[in-house]
Amino acid sequence: MSEAEAPALAVGLSHYLTVSAILFTLGIFGIFLNRKNLIVIMMSIELMLLAVNINLVAFSSFLGDLVGQVFTMLVLTVAAAEAAIGLAIVVVFYRNRRSIEVEDINQMKG
Amino acid sequence: MSGLDTLAPAYPEIFMSISALVLLMLGVFRSKDSTVLLTWLTVAVMAGAAFLAVTGIDEARTFHNLFVTNAFTIFAKVMMLVGAGLTLLLISDWAVGEKVARFELPIIVLFAVIGMMLMISANDLISLYVGLELQSLSLYVLAAFHRDNIRATEAGVKYFVLGALASGLLLYGSSLVYGYAGTTTFESIATAIENGPNTTGIIVGIVFVISGLAFKVSAVPFHMWTPDVYEGAPTPITAFFSIAPKIAGLCLFMRVLAGPFEPLIEQWQQVIILISILSMIWGSVAAIAQKNVKRLMAYSSIGHVGYALIGLVVGNEEGARGLLFYLLIYLVMNVGTFAVILSMRVKGKYLEDISDLSGLAKTRPGMAMALAILMFSMAGIPPMAGFLGKFYIFVAAVNAGFYSLAIVGLLASVIGAYYYLRLIKIMYFDAPGAAFDAPSLTTGIIMAGSSVLMIVLFVVPAPLVNGAQAAARALFLG
Repeated sequence: MSEAEAPALAVGLSHYLTVSAILFTLGIFGIFLNRKNLIVIMMSIELMLLAVNINLVAFSSFLGDLVGQVFTMLVLTVAAAEAAIGLAIVVVFYRNRRSIEVEDINQMKG
Repeated sequence: MSGLDTLAPAYPEIFMSISALVLLMLGVFRSKDSTVLLTWLTVAVMAGAAFLAVTGIDEARTFHNLFVTNAFTIFAKVMMLVGAGLTLLLISDWAVGEKVARFELPIIVLFAVIGMMLMISANDLISLYVGLELQSLSLYVLAAFHRDNIRATEAGVKYFVLGALASGLLLYGSSLVYGYAGTTTFESIATAIENGPNTTGIIVGIVFVISGLAFKVSAVPFHMWTPDVYEGAPTPITAFFSIAPKIAGLCLFMRVLAGPFEPLIEQWQQVIILISILSMIWGSVAAIAQKNVKRLMAYSSIGHVGYALIGLVVGNEEGARGLLFYLLIYLVMNVGTFAVILSMRVKGKYLEDISDLSGLAKTRPGMAMALAILMFSMAGIPPMAGFLGKFYIFVAAVNAGFYSLAIVGLLASVIGAYYYLRLIKIMYFDAPGAAFDAPSLTTGIIMAGSSVLMIVLFVVPAPLVNGAQAAARALFLG
């Protein structure tokens, strides 16, 4: 009984990978299914990057190798820069269009 | 090697980074607008970096194997720097004329180019990602640079969202490759794949990495952003988008697939064949219905990426040579064509419709002649260099036994010839419209130079083909 219980309770690599895969998929769906607001898209992008970070840290810990955590630090830094630039672009778009609704991004077909 | 010498392979990049910071200071502290001055200084910095790359070490690594330089990366970098420098001249010409010049413009281009240099030289998933992001982030800003223009800002938004998605895919793939190979260095990944019993995780990772990179080089089915961004972004910036990032992206693609993932060639070859065929066909077919010349160029570049990817599929020295030579010709053709598109102005107003070209042969015969030569070259008709570019690619495919790929490529270029030749028909046989303004000096020189080069390169391709050959050999030495 106790032997069967212990592994079931342990949180292993695969659990982390599953959570991160779910978050990553949510991020992708957030971008494509969201018809409302650009800010939600920015959040979805952030979600994708953070899902990757969970992946990297989990692998790093599992492999006993620090490179994954170094990678995570760099991803966090780049994600911050990306958010800053993304918001700046959204702001200039808002100034021209007076809206950040996804359906208003329609000046060009496609 | 000790001390500073260990950084020698990265001297071009270090030189560019320091120069970028110095130029930024210069722009901030000069009271009047210094776009033109900074543009020429940036071009000088790029030339200096190209010089450092050519005269530097042939084959070396630095930063603990994160960074590699060899004949392949040097060839790719010089080619990319030439493309970036020429388009930067077009950009500043336009910005000054349109009164949107800000001194940050050449500096953002310079940062994008530094990112591309790092991408080309990356020898590790981490440096690959950081280089790619430095490039992409600068490009998003460039797309939206004309910030009072609604279409430019919309192009920026679209490019940002889809580009960030692509980076996310690439990163997720990298994390899987890291997890299942246990390392991020290219050589160690190759070793891990060869020795590892279970490569499924790595293959899944590779698929994600390929999707991310295909996005960046705008190959079908990851091309949706291309026409909109090309149409919305200011024309000279579109020219920049269509040249330097494509060269850097395809060279990186080649290095990644022929380097760490080489042992899994059977797996990724299938994916690349599919992407290549789809890009060639869609690039030709979808272009036929276009009315806007920049959208046409977007589909044209999607098609060209499809042909270039054949060189990648082949996955040997001949394929890499074909790819490099094709990119070189593509660079010259695109710079010239965009110089013509930039000269489509009537009384200072920029025109973008294909029908605006009608009767150009009567109003501006020189410009019409240049564009006709470039269009023949794009269609791959001898005696223009575009023919040779396709020739080397198809020969590589046939020699490696990819007959179907070569046949699809030939058919696609026949379809593609339709819309390239249609432009010539419009220019030479339709009734003339309003005459265009005289092109500026820089634009005129670039236009004339590139069309002359198309013929010269057809007659004497040997030096460049040999250069590409040497570069390709270095890639497969390891």
